Amino acid sequence: MALLIVQLLTGLANAMFLFLVASGLSLIFGVTRIVNFAHGSFYMLAAYLASTLVTALPLGPSSFYAAVILAPLGVALLGGLIEVCLLRRIYRAPALYQLLLTFAVVLVIGDAVKFFWGTENRTGPSPPGLSGSVPILGQLFPTYDLAILLLGPLFALSLWAMLHRTRWGILIRAATSDREMVGALGVNQTWLFTGVFVLGTWLAGLAGALQMPRVALTTVMDSTVIVETFVVVVIGGMGSAFGALLGAVLIGVLQAFGILWLPREFHLAIVFILMAAVLILRPWGLLGRPEAETLPPGGAVGLGAGGRLRAPGWVWAGVLLMAVALPPLLPAYYVWVLVEILALALFAASLQLLVGTGGMLSFGHAAYFGLGAYGAALLMKRAALPMPAAFALAPLVAAAAALLFGAFCVRLSGVYFAMLTLAFAQIAFAIVHQWYDFTGGDNGILGVWPSASLATPVRYYTLALLAAAVGLGFLWRVTGSPFGYTLRAARDHPRRCQAIGVNLRAHRLLAFGVAGLCAGLGGAIFAFSKGSVFPDYLSMPMSVQSLVMVLIGGIHALAGASVGAAVYKLLDIVITKYTGYWQAVLGGVLACLVVAFPHGLVGFVQARWTRMRTSLG
Amino acid sequence: MLDVTDLDAYYGLSHILFGVCLRASRGEVVALLGRNGAGKSTTLKAIMGLVPPARGRVIFRGEDITGKAPHVVCRKGIGFVPEDRRIFPDLTVWENLEVGRSAEGNGERRWTAERAFELFPALKELARRRGDSLSGGEQQMLAIARTLMGNPDLLLLDEPSEGLAPLVVRVMAEHILGLKRAGITILLSEQNLQFATRVSDRAYILEKGRIQYEGGMAELCADAEVRRRYLMV
Repeated sequence: MALLIVQLLTGLANAMFLFLVASGLSLIFGVTRIVNFAHGSFYMLAAYLASTLVTALPLGPSSFYAAVILAPLGVALLGGLIEVCLLRRIYRAPALYQLLLTFAVVLVIGDAVKFFWGTENRTGPSPPGLSGSVPILGQLFPTYDLAILLLGPLFALSLWAMLHRTRWGILIRAATSDREMVGALGVNQTWLFTGVFVLGTWLAGLAGALQMPRVALTTVMDSTVIVETFVVVVIGGMGSAFGALLGAVLIGVLQAFGILWLPREFHLAIVFILMAAVLILRPWGLLGRPEAETLPPGGAVGLGAGGRLRAPGWVWAGVLLMAVALPPLLPAYYVWVLVEILALALFAASLQLLVGTGGMLSFGHAAYFGLGAYGAALLMKRAALPMPAAFALAPLVAAAAALLFGAFCVRLSGVYFAMLTLAFAQIAFAIVHQWYDFTGGDNGILGVWPSASLATPVRYYTLALLAAAVGLGFLWRVTGSPFGYTLRAARDHPRRCQAIGVNLRAHRLLAFGVAGLCAGLGGAIFAFSKGSVFPDYLSMPMSVQSLVMVLIGGIHALAGASVGAAVYKLLDIVITKYTGYWQAVLGGVLACLVVAFPHGLVGFVQARWTRMRTSLG
Repeated sequence: MLDVTDLDAYYGLSHILFGVCLRASRGEVVALLGRNGAGKSTTLKAIMGLVPPARGRVIFRGEDITGKAPHVVCRKGIGFVPEDRRIFPDLTVWENLEVGRSAEGNGERRWTAERAFELFPALKELARRRGDSLSGGEQQMLAIARTLMGNPDLLLLDEPSEGLAPLVVRVMAEHILGLKRAGITILLSEQNLQFATRVSDRAYILEKGRIQYEGGMAELCADAEVRRRYLMV
């Protein structure tokens, strides 16, 4: 009994941190409609900054408390700067670009932390005066956690008072339901947005700084916390500060007891299972309100330059000829690079079908790529199938998972669709990551090599080229078919489409399945080229990578995905050669792309091409 | 006071307004009539800056405010009451008024929640109720009161009688005449000719995004041919 109570208290203390971070994220989303991936980065930055300030400030024991106050302020200032310089430019852009821009910030801050503080884990100093433990029912409970438990409700009350008792808070709540009307009533939204962003960032920073003495500071704490925060916010209802409190308490307590009672395989997955359950029953979260969907034409991704790229036949013939004739002349390393590009091209092109053609913003596409890879590895290792059979069947594993997850996802749209796809991807990731007996856990599965007859680089490349050609050709056919047109129609005007009798969900689900199938094929190619599979293949950064490839190529051009995959991989190789901070460079490139070329490279060329042709008559 | 010339506006790719010209003098109530989809709402939104005008000029008290951001237009003294009222559902009546409150505008005519409650006594008892618990008529009153809190000299009312019970429509007409007496210039869009006749001095008829008729309300009522052609009444 005493153990249970202490466990409950621990869960509640954790919930307080989640609440601080999540309420910030929720406020920012409510007012600006931006899902801020960088929110976890501000949390991490504040924790590191506070740990440095504690030793740097000449205040003796009280420097700890000064650091806890100063670090969040510094981070909030940085947040304000980022809002003014970057986010302000894209408030009217489709959700995809907003998400990618905040992800660019994640990459840059992540590398900045590595640069300034190194990659080794750090432990924060213990809080002077609160460092011991107090006995509760015979169990020891950390004094600091007790203090947090008392502070938490105080913060919640202050936040409530701010939102309900000050003019600024009333404006925030008004803007959360109708920001255009708030503008028409004479409120300058620009400063309201900046103010809310600074406040939200400060809350994240405060949580990070307060967390500093409790946990080890690591360079991955940004992604850990942001994923949990998404779960909390989505469960509670995006934009609702009290939803954030409810969600945080639910998750905190669930995690505390999950550790006691559930088998280890489910520890990571449990919160996502709760999130998926809530989204299925109440798509807008427990306290969120159904949003009058006001997506711009083109849905969450916007309308592109339009039309398909009609490159002259000789361009395609040339590319094909090079793809067949060149590899035998190349060193083995570059052949493997080409194989990887083929795998990534399939991965990106299948996502392009969802995002570009279907307007479905998936943030968990890596799940299907990864399940294709794991499908191949498991079929070969556990089911003892010959390699060619495992290779051929692996995409079906991914497609089956896509149909299963997709059935729930296609009930939602916009940001909520993105969040649910992310949730399912995280469930898959968590299970693969922790089911040591079956998937090998984070050790992955090794020795996944092609059979002897395919084992030379050029032979395996030939197989990959054939498979990729089949997959990409299939996607090309699907995009150009009446089914593809229906998907585009559903993307641009879902209501009109339903009014003429199109079953939206069925079409979207089928597209989800096709995309899963092709991503899985990409995963299978990838698995045998690397000789091993790891849970990373299903991770959130991998999903974002695929979006980046699609974005580089241009979301409305199928050919763009392949170009994007090639450019991405080559950039990776070149930049990694010169600097260890590939992520920061990628983030910078991504931010420029989003702000300067919202239609991607191929979209840009396409627009130029069309203009040139029209001007020539 | 308001002078709109040659206004063109688009919604995405569809061209809605074609060279709309209209004016409203101080203290006037001007009605913008026309069928559904004629461009009445778009005209008001273009004046307010909610739909950026593609061409043309909006001059308010001698100042060019074409395409300025809505909050700037609002602060110049133009208040907008949207067709669907757009009450903030999570906020109480009092909080809805607070969002509209502005410190600008001259002192003696400044609107406060108390003054708004004097004008719409029904709202006073509802001050602590949430916006989404109000009836249509109450919402319309709140929407007007909320806009008045910004101390406008010109009020743009988008279909103030829409969706209201006949008895409430009559009360609304009285309120509008009361605002006129208080010295506020009003430009309203309307489909209810009877209502418009009751409150307005002059009228414009819009059809397919073009002004087709302009004249005094009394002349319009007398001209059965025009009424039949453009308003089908």
